[in-house]
Amino acid sequence: MDAGDIARAVTRIAHEILERNKGIKDLALVGIRTGGVHLAHRLVRRIHDIEGTQIPIGELDITLYRDDLSLRKDQPILRKTSVPFKISDLKVVLVDDVLFTGRTIRAAMDSLIDLGRPAEIQLAVLVDRGHRQLPIKANYIGKNIPTSREEAIEVHLEENGDEDRVVILRA
Amino acid sequence: MGLKRKDLLSLTNLSADDITLILETADSFKEVSGREIKKVPALRGKTVVNLFFEPSTRTRTSFELAAKRLSADVINFSPSSSSVVKGETLLDTARNIEAMQADIIVLRHSSAGAAETLARGVKSSVINAGDGWHEHPTQALLDLYTIRSRRMGFAGLRVAIVGDVAHSRVARSNIFALTKLGAEVRVVGPPTMIPLQIGQLGVQVYHNLDEALRGAHVIMMLRLQLERQGRALFPTIREYARHYGLTGERVKLAEPGAIVMHPGPINRGVEIAPDVADSLSSVILDQVANGVAVRMGILYLMSGAG
Repeated sequence: MDAGDIARAVTRIAHEILERNKGIKDLALVGIRTGGVHLAHRLVRRIHDIEGTQIPIGELDITLYRDDLSLRKDQPILRKTSVPFKISDLKVVLVDDVLFTGRTIRAAMDSLIDLGRPAEIQLAVLVDRGHRQLPIKANYIGKNIPTSREEAIEVHLEENGDEDRVVILRA
Repeated sequence: MGLKRKDLLSLTNLSADDITLILETADSFKEVSGREIKKVPALRGKTVVNLFFEPSTRTRTSFELAAKRLSADVINFSPSSSSVVKGETLLDTARNIEAMQADIIVLRHSSAGAAETLARGVKSSVINAGDGWHEHPTQALLDLYTIRSRRMGFAGLRVAIVGDVAHSRVARSNIFALTKLGAEVRVVGPPTMIPLQIGQLGVQVYHNLDEALRGAHVIMMLRLQLERQGRALFPTIREYARHYGLTGERVKLAEPGAIVMHPGPINRGVEIAPDVADSLSSVILDQVANGVAVRMGILYLMSGAG
């Protein structure tokens, strides 16, 4: 995917979110660190362009909810969770860059539920690369990219000082 | 990344980067402590043992709360209710605790070096929660965190440590860490309470409080250990309070916006005047609140599978 593809996918997902939720009432976006946070900000800007209103946005660090913490030798670096609004009774759209095994999303859902009781949790991803290990499915998908397990997908974004693009690295 | 060490015994062998990592990790846990549900599953299934051979409420409670907010199981051992009164050695007590699959042992002991001895003898991680007059690393780390959360940088920061420096593990740990991060540390107290060679640690020695406070950004008061009265360290409490007690007038000698710290428990009217302890420049209760976040960070970083 190049910059144009990514921009069009973000615009389409913004419209789909609005369509499915019938507008912006009780809607909030929460990006998963770090790629998901940038995409969430883009979606919020896009939704603002369409509806003229800024919806609440949060940032989630799921490290403390990972299922492999007790197996690791070295603990991963923690970053900050910042969800500066009450999520109870809101429709929360989780945003991530790549959907793969689904483990990150499981951790993100547990983490969200510790912050309150959302009315609904939905999931938006830029890329779905398959190989799920948990029964998890995205509501909004930028692009399905079938991969083999050995391949790696990298999402480069302008916010990290890169050119916008998605690349597949062969093993 | 990570701390890459089994134990936290002293701040002398932590690098400035290690210290920064701990403070930044603590920042994430500060957010957790502000939630309605103050609990995360990071240390589920791990066991933390508080082994306290000296009385302590603040530090023990702080560690206990930190471990519980990380979902660890916590056991508190105190000598009066354990086999220690039957003559068991420290190492044997610890080995028995270890045999029950403890992952992290938090040790408070009256002998300097106790934590180090223990760390060499057991496979569990050991955190020094104060050993004699030697060190109290987690207290210094929470002090650093508190300074940092006031948006003060460490380079060029002038910190005055006031009181019984000779018998203070809090002072020693703070001196090691603050000088490492580039702060300018002054120690001040009566000559009987300032070790002769302390200048070698890179600090400036004062015996006059007013002089030491001039231009200070941080005033770190130490508790006057009243139980030491009668050992010829100071003539009377009243005289000590007159020369080394922090009053509102004296705070004005420091930089505008200077903060007043104290590791607790405070002796009101002795080393610190009540109105200073309760003033806006006092961050004493912030220190206590931050202590939980900092200890959560340390427990998290120490909890790798090793």
